[in-house]
Amino acid sequence: MRLTTMGVARNFDRSIVGILATSELPSGQRSDRIRFFSEGEVHESVSGYRALLCHDGLKVDFAVPYVHRLRDSDHLRDGDIVVLEGSTGLVRSLYRPYELHHHLFVTERCNSNCLMCSQPPKDRDDVEALTQRNLELIDLIKTPPPYLTITGGEPTLLGDNLFNLISRLKFSMPETEVHVLTNGRAFAWPEYAKHFAETKHPKISLGIPLYSDYAGLHDYVVQAKGAFDQTVSGMHQAARNGIRVEVRVVLHKLTLPRLTEIVEYIYRNLTFVEHVALMGLEYTGYTPRNIQELWIDPFDYQDNLEQAVEFLAIRNMTVSIYNHQLCVLKPSLWSYARKSISDWKTLYLETCERCTERPNCGGFFQWAIKKHSDHIHVL
Amino acid sequence: MARVFYPLQHFDPTPTQFQLLPFRFMRFEEKELLVNEAGEFLFTPSGTVRNLVDGSLETNSVLYRDLKAKHLVYDDTSSALLDVLATKVRTKFDHITGGTKLHIFVVTLRCDHSCHYCQVSRQSASRAQFDMSTSTADRAIAMMMDSPAQDVTLEIQGGEPLLAFEMIQYIVTKAKPLALEKGKNLDIVVCSNLSHITDDILHYFRDEGIKVSTSLDGPAFLHNKNRPRPGNDSYQRAIDGIERCRAVLRMERVAALMTTTAASLDYVTEIVDEYVRRNFHSIFLRPISPYGFAVKTHRKIGYEMERFLKFYKDGLKHILDINRGGYRIAEVYTQILLTKILTPHSTRYVDMQSPAGEAWNVLVYNYDGDVYASDESRMLAEMNDRTFRLGNVHSDTRRSLFTSDAALRMFHAACNQALVGCSDCAFQSYCAADPIYHHATQGDMYGNRPTSGFCMRNMSVLKHLFSIIEQNDRDTMRVLWSWITGTTAHGPATECA
Repeated sequence: MRLTTMGVARNFDRSIVGILATSELPSGQRSDRIRFFSEGEVHESVSGYRALLCHDGLKVDFAVPYVHRLRDSDHLRDGDIVVLEGSTGLVRSLYRPYELHHHLFVTERCNSNCLMCSQPPKDRDDVEALTQRNLELIDLIKTPPPYLTITGGEPTLLGDNLFNLISRLKFSMPETEVHVLTNGRAFAWPEYAKHFAETKHPKISLGIPLYSDYAGLHDYVVQAKGAFDQTVSGMHQAARNGIRVEVRVVLHKLTLPRLTEIVEYIYRNLTFVEHVALMGLEYTGYTPRNIQELWIDPFDYQDNLEQAVEFLAIRNMTVSIYNHQLCVLKPSLWSYARKSISDWKTLYLETCERCTERPNCGGFFQWAIKKHSDHIHVL
Repeated sequence: MARVFYPLQHFDPTPTQFQLLPFRFMRFEEKELLVNEAGEFLFTPSGTVRNLVDGSLETNSVLYRDLKAKHLVYDDTSSALLDVLATKVRTKFDHITGGTKLHIFVVTLRCDHSCHYCQVSRQSASRAQFDMSTSTADRAIAMMMDSPAQDVTLEIQGGEPLLAFEMIQYIVTKAKPLALEKGKNLDIVVCSNLSHITDDILHYFRDEGIKVSTSLDGPAFLHNKNRPRPGNDSYQRAIDGIERCRAVLRMERVAALMTTTAASLDYVTEIVDEYVRRNFHSIFLRPISPYGFAVKTHRKIGYEMERFLKFYKDGLKHILDINRGGYRIAEVYTQILLTKILTPHSTRYVDMQSPAGEAWNVLVYNYDGDVYASDESRMLAEMNDRTFRLGNVHSDTRRSLFTSDAALRMFHAACNQALVGCSDCAFQSYCAADPIYHHATQGDMYGNRPTSGFCMRNMSVLKHLFSIIEQNDRDTMRVLWSWITGTTAHGPATECA
């Protein structure tokens, strides 16, 4: 499902975050709402809303911020939290209550530059603006979700802003399980790990990628010298401070040859991790550019994957397979496969229509339409 | 603006030279076995160690990556992650932290059995002579509570402790509130031959959450031979006792321990099958105890050890077959050693630790108040060798026990890291020091490795396990891992009934 759409912004140049309202509200309930008019709807009572959003050309006399001449809007629903960009007319969905996966996108900056990054980093300082937007977003979430992922970019580059966000989450939705996707390098500094732990969020964990048991190869995959040492030390410092850790391994041509060694390294050196996620490659971001160096058909690494999964499972380590379709996994692996793809990114191919396992299958990332296993078939 | 990607060589410069991290090694069949300080191991091609030592090993090889990832070497292209290695080593030595966990109370020496392998029991004795007094029990309980350990196991044995059931009740009643007061988790096990078990006693055990450990040496002909009692019915009494216990207590609260004798050595299949027939899920193929026999000649020990090793290997093979057939039963010695070899953890089994677990992790309070470093130590004392008598509950404190001459002499010989023949042995991390065994068999706590039955047994068993690991048969490894990760009824008792 779409995440963004575009229109023409009037009467504001900053960002406005608000909750979409598709029907008229009493004037006392309008202050945090963005009134969304569907096509042809009469724009009668428009005062008191935070902003307006509509398809048609809008003409209002007073200075209420609005975006009109909206291109696509099928994906917008009542209750969605969106941000309107005054400078560009961009309308971005930040939070959709009906979805299972929710994210706080905190920065586009990163101190690594992974060969298969799905969200290539940008060198511009967006930290203050995005932090402000996310704090507003947190305040607007009426029903706390069971899970929320903090992602980027590299969240630890936010400095104290990350701790502010976590504290806000702890205050307004203490029951929500918060997962922070980080390369873990900052945690190598004992002070940082300690500071992070001091937020005392009751339900927080880190998701940290590890791409080799051999330092040089991991550093190459993440394109950062010394990253392996920092990441491994970071996980230890996190654990020492009582922070829960998940390890993530993306499966591709550079990681698969040592996959058994990687999971053995995890078992012996990072025994404390509560979950190991073995993840399929996403064909987006940097991946298409480096595809020659990365691509192996998942069908061809099933045995390798089975060995790694079994290695961990018989040791009582919790292991999951993400981003894989059931038809390219041996049945022995099915119970480990999770439907891990965010709702708005999930796609099924035409072949999948006739598949009896479709309800149990995680499907594809939407960009898999361009590249996927040659062995997708009906089960 | 697109960022630049740098080639592999930029991040993974081929190291021109490397340094060694501490490791030990041995030839293993056609390969070499290298073991690092944390017990992680790697099978390598023959000649690897030589190439490591003279610096000629190719640093752009897969082998080099394996060695580096296993914390066997390091180089200047990345940090050695020494604090991670330190954490792994610390985890492996977890058994030395926390204080004494196992406390054995010998409440009486009286017994109705006259087992050949027991040196301590008294068949006909007056109650007063060989029973623990309440004042001795009070002092022993206080000493147990003085241990800094959070989890303490109180193991009550004899003789036959059920002949002194009132003393069991006394100890339980005294110890429980004290444990609560001190915030300790108290686990209570009674080791009994069960021939005197009654419904009242069983209900008491059930209500107090007490576990039972008993002896089962094998099928009737063997059990009765090993464990004579008037009427020649010790087997039937043990089986009846086990079933009665299970009827009242939960299944996993009843454990059985097997003692291997010379008579057992030809019957490992029958012994294992007996355990399966009785629905047990673990069996401990223990070596023959050397205590009570005169110090033997090297040749005699060698011969007996050969027979034991065959007993163990045949038994393990049979047990693995049974597991592959669908019935889960673990061999405890294998489980303990594999936990040391294949996991990052240490084990609580006190007879196989370095520094030795004796005294450090187990104390025995004899009926007369004497405190010993282990059950074997008090057996020696019954043969007039009081070398490992640390003191007496009435005249000592925990501090004075652990600083006694007896304790200090033993501690000197308690680290295999510092024993000749062990200090450079590839199996050091998986093995142990046993000053008491070596004192008993060789008259020297440090011991002489080439003639040590302890060394012979463990070298052979460990080599056997490493060949199983190296073969890496999928079904076998699955079974072995189910032993490692599964929970046994309770940690194997040291010596029982």
